Amino acid sequence: MSTTPAAAEFKKEAAVITRDLRHRAVIRGALKKYEVVRDDKKARFQNWQQARYLASDIKWDAVNHLDTYLAEFAKNLEARGGKVHWASDAAQAREIILGIVKEKNAKAIVKSKVMTGEEIHINEALEEAGYEVVESDLGEYICQLRKEAPYHFVFPAMHLTRGEISQTFTKELGSAPTNSPEELTMIARRVLREKYIKADIGISGANFAIAETGMISITENEGNARLTCALPKTHIALMGIEKLLPKLSDLALFLPMLGTAGCGQLLTGYNTMYGGPKQPGEADGPEEFHVVLLDNRRTDLLASSEQRDALQCMRCGACLNVCPIYKNIGGHTYGTTYQGPIGSVITPHLRNLQEFKHLVFCSSLCGACTEACPVKIDLHHHLLQSRRDAIAEKAVWWERLTFKACAVIFNHAWVFSLGEKLGRIGQIFHPLIKNTPLDPARAWTASRELPKVAPQTFREWWSHRK
Amino acid sequence: MNDQREQLLTRVRKALEVPAEKPAGHHDQASEPRIAGKHAATEWLPLVGPSFEERLALYAKNAKELTADFRFIQGGIPALVAELQEIAKTEGWTGVATHAGELTEAAAGALGLPVVRTECGYDVDALEKCSAGITACEALVAQTGSVLVTSRSSGGRALSVLPPHHVVVARREQIVADMTEAYALLASRYSESGYPSMISFISGPSRTGDIERILVLGAHGPKRLTVLCI
Ligand code: SF4
Repeated sequence: MSTTPAAAEFKKEAAVITRDLRHRAVIRGALKKYEVVRDDKKARFQNWQQARYLASDIKWDAVNHLDTYLAEFAKNLEARGGKVHWASDAAQAREIILGIVKEKNAKAIVKSKVMTGEEIHINEALEEAGYEVVESDLGEYICQLRKEAPYHFVFPAMHLTRGEISQTFTKELGSAPTNSPEELTMIARRVLREKYIKADIGISGANFAIAETGMISITENEGNARLTCALPKTHIALMGIEKLLPKLSDLALFLPMLGTAGCGQLLTGYNTMYGGPKQPGEADGPEEFHVVLLDNRRTDLLASSEQRDALQCMRCGACLNVCPIYKNIGGHTYGTTYQGPIGSVITPHLRNLQEFKHLVFCSSLCGACTEACPVKIDLHHHLLQSRRDAIAEKAVWWERLTFKACAVIFNHAWVFSLGEKLGRIGQIFHPLIKNTPLDPARAWTASRELPKVAPQTFREWWSHRK
Repeated sequence: MNDQREQLLTRVRKALEVPAEKPAGHHDQASEPRIAGKHAATEWLPLVGPSFEERLALYAKNAKELTADFRFIQGGIPALVAELQEIAKTEGWTGVATHAGELTEAAAGALGLPVVRTECGYDVDALEKCSAGITACEALVAQTGSVLVTSRSSGGRALSVLPPHHVVVARREQIVADMTEAYALLASRYSESGYPSMISFISGPSRTGDIERILVLGAHGPKRLTVLCI
């Protein structure tokens, strides 16, 4: 494979982290209960598999009529006093958000979890323009204090131990060191409470958007999004265009499926639908409600006849939690906004196939992701299709050469048996160069033993048999 | 802005001109064939019994699992008030917040504590300092153990999430079977007149698992959720 900088970085980091036993222990610890609690909730469904078919159908319909549903959503939200903005790419989205923030003369901004925000690097843009932005989701807040990217798009700080988090808090917030997750959470709670009350702008994401009623729906456990959308005077929600669902009552199915697949909860702590700013006669809520709809090349994926279903994704994270690759290389190694199997499927479309093709090759194709996906995205087949596309688009010369050479070897019996003989001689001398730059099998021998060539080939045995 | 809208929608329409078929998902198609015909979500979601007693029992079980404190109280409003006074005493409440409503006013009024009312605007700092927020709800969902609140039924957006203890007062008729019924109820109440600007399914107190996936209650919202049902 020709190596892009992203691929080189990926290989380097993956090589280090797969051998990091401490990392492995932390991840195993963090995910060990996931499958148990998820399966417990799945078992409460009368039929989880049929629920998946149904959810997949509804999302497929939504994605295939996206233009209609987007227009309907915008019309309904505008009728309720919300403002809808359309952003073709990251730059436009940043410009829209910065525009609102400037117009409002904002001083403090509080954010609940927005993966699309990571995608367009909104924090950097706001900070550069001189605004203070605080992440309110505990995991995101920890990552922000450590100046790290989220490790997992549902559990951002999954890779950290309480000791590391305590150190971060001591360093950044001046709190006393502690070993208790409870105390650590309370430290963050105290700091962030003040931020909500001070903030004049709240930025959130959206898990779903409802065409029928012009609402967005946010799923969370902590209540930070609830506060972000209640106290500041202006609420900006940033979301990808694929989040649409046709009807409000569709959530009766999607909310329990998201909770169950995502973290083994029948329903996540708070599932909240917002339709516009504060309405007449209501006690509180923002005066302005903006929704920014982001394309950022999602339409390229939409135009894929084979992989359109990847837009059904509701970012539950189930495919990450069961992925052997994710569990070995961890979230940061991907170097993408969206990690894990779904990240490997969509990133080549949203960014660049050649630059990120190493991700589609980095899979055991075990299919665990496809089976875990609540909306039945054909994840592992999409990885295969992207492998094919990457090669068709730009073949790698030495791979071509290798296959040509193989064709010669396998087409001519005498070349093949010569190879076998050479192999037998070669293996005597192999230890001299094993795992050095001279070793042609180094990629293998760096961490494994080469199997021994048999003393006698099948054909030798056949011709000598009595 | 209109340009950007048209550009985006045009790109969507163009992309949709490419014919695409949904992958068959043959991987598990074989092991879990699809049941033919048109089906509604209720058929696949967790089962809820038809009788009131079954729903009550399921709600109680789910609420307990979510570490919510659910109490089904016999004896009407006086019994509810007594129960709440007991909680206020044990927790040493110094002030509460609530909103207009038969149950909420009866409950909050009987405590003899300063009361912040939210329906006509309020001071955020004052609300933050309250020991508890007492709200009504739209429904209690047996299937999931959730409390369904809206900005209209429950005193706005912040009351149910800012004070450290959220107390919900409800009537037994408000227990609905499942999520589908909850949405149907919302539609019957609001689809004509306009939905409230916030609708929230609250399932247990505020929680986080962000530190080593260990459950901690009261991450940002209430540390305790009490549901008093008469
Ligand atoms: S691809 Fe499926 S399993 Fe993965 S995050 Fe999206 S919805 Fe969840």
